Amino acid sequence: MTTRFLALFVAFAVLLTVPQWMPGIYYVNVASQILFYAIFALGLNVLVGYAGLVSLGHAGLFGVTAYAVGYMLQLGLGHPAAILIALLISLVSVAIFAALSLRSTGIGFIMITLALGEILWGLAYRWISLTGGDNGLSLKTRPEPFGYSLSDVNTFYYATLIIFLLSLAATAVFVRSPFGAALMGTRDQPRRMNALGYHVWAIRFYACMFSGLLTSVSAVLFVYYTQFISPQTLALTASAEVLLMVISGGAGTLLGPIVGATLVVVVKTVVSGFIERWNFLLGAIFVAIVILMPDGLVPGSARLWRMIWRKSPSGAGKVPSSVGAKP
Amino acid sequence: MNLWLVLAVNSITFGGLLFLLSAGFSLIFGLMRIPNLTHGSLFMVGAYIGATFVLGIRGFQMNIWLAAILATITVAALGALAERLLLRRLPGDQLAQVLVTLGLSFMAADLCLIIWGGDPISVPTPAELEGFVRLGVLVFPAYRLAIIVIAAVFAVGLWLLLERTRLGAMIRAGVDDPDMARVVGIRVSQLFTIVFALGAGLAAFAGIIGGPILTVYPGLDQDMLPLALVVVILGGTGSLLGSFVGSIIIGFIYNFGQALLPELAYFVLFLPMLLVLLLRPQGLFGRHVP
Repeated sequence: MTTRFLALFVAFAVLLTVPQWMPGIYYVNVASQILFYAIFALGLNVLVGYAGLVSLGHAGLFGVTAYAVGYMLQLGLGHPAAILIALLISLVSVAIFAALSLRSTGIGFIMITLALGEILWGLAYRWISLTGGDNGLSLKTRPEPFGYSLSDVNTFYYATLIIFLLSLAATAVFVRSPFGAALMGTRDQPRRMNALGYHVWAIRFYACMFSGLLTSVSAVLFVYYTQFISPQTLALTASAEVLLMVISGGAGTLLGPIVGATLVVVVKTVVSGFIERWNFLLGAIFVAIVILMPDGLVPGSARLWRMIWRKSPSGAGKVPSSVGAKP
Repeated sequence: MNLWLVLAVNSITFGGLLFLLSAGFSLIFGLMRIPNLTHGSLFMVGAYIGATFVLGIRGFQMNIWLAAILATITVAALGALAERLLLRRLPGDQLAQVLVTLGLSFMAADLCLIIWGGDPISVPTPAELEGFVRLGVLVFPAYRLAIIVIAAVFAVGLWLLLERTRLGAMIRAGVDDPDMARVVGIRVSQLFTIVFALGAGLAAFAGIIGGPILTVYPGLDQDMLPLALVVVILGGTGSLLGSFVGSIIIGFIYNFGQALLPELAYFVLFLPMLLVLLLRPQGLFGRHVP
């Protein structure tokens, strides 16, 4: 328990001092990106990991918030009002999204979320009078909460860090609460949960809402970070990218999506410096991880760690057969 | 008045292409229980390969029909290969299989961009089908009519294959109850490869003959995949009749939507899907909910 506490403390100290030891503004910006993508991945993980519902339309929800912020600012609203209204619009959208896609689970859920994501993309792309079409929307300024201007790179980082820590704490509480346990119950044994008197559909619906809330929060940070939003943000590639973050890190763990977001953002940033072919690499990593390490990096390394430290007398080194990992 | 007629012909033509695309998608879904997210890519790869053959490699040009046959066979082989080498490694794990097809579709899109570049390629209409056909007072473009005829022939052919042959009976058995099919001695895993290759080939074929109408461009895969998805959700998975009816409906909504409500065309396209999901989740002609 103490090692865990120590590790948490070190991680916290490292995160807190990023602007001090990072070699330049560029890297602090990368760190901010990692943090808000980690919030996005945490949100998707609530569905993928804990509810067992794989969504391929989350970039659409992400885009709704981002466009809503942009549009409200264009209407001349102040930052707090714009953010608040955007979050409200997003939650309503998430509720509709969830009500439609929860008609089904498993593969059906994937198909419906994919289709809904494509609708949102299509709206962003074609509804030019509202979204500016391919030209997108630009945001002129970043907000200045309590007099701290977020235009400053370090201040933006700290604001992102605070929201990230709050989101992480909220997710941890959510997952460990009785509700989280019930959610995992509906993932593993929906029929038994139903027989026990749980309202399976409602539990999944609330999980969607929580996931959508985290998605919207990360989208607000994103749209203020780039100060620009275009239909590209809503594309299927974007949904797949977040899903890759969740799956590569390890779905159904708290740390997994954060590790995955770090991996994807770093690889993307580093690789795009050398080659333009990020999509090819994304696809290749996806295929490789699904086939070779289906439960992700965090559970994979944790298993390795246990194997090294706990020399079990029977069948040492025997990997427990996980989902789909057949030779 | 004439505008409506042109729109209607275009809609049926597009519906025909969609049928060729979605019939394979639906069969793969029916049998393997996965939405094959590479289906748009197969359409686009087929279109690119076909266009390359038609426009000529090193001055050697090819008839569009010959090109279509060659490209169809190539893509069908690619599909079979992907099924054998990748999807086969994940037996019974549908989620992993879907994710693999998603990864493959990104790789295919980027490879096409590397090989053929970002500029759209327009494929010439075959000389014998240029011009128009007169039916009484009405005039139709010949190539579009040809596509309608081809799609109709394929629909009948596929129906005969599924309903009147031994292979078709085995596929239907696999769609209805894979476990039982195995018990009575049908090698369902072999059917997977056959159906995957068949679906890939059909998608590629649709891509090639659609080339002169749609032109071939990066992003074609992303445009076609959602359409196939909508058709199959609408018509029901694993049902040939479902893909047929769904394709025609979507063909009409797509063309009329583009003409009448250009800003909301995409949204209108998905409305029937939403209605079906709400009222009849298994699709118009489907037997089980996905």
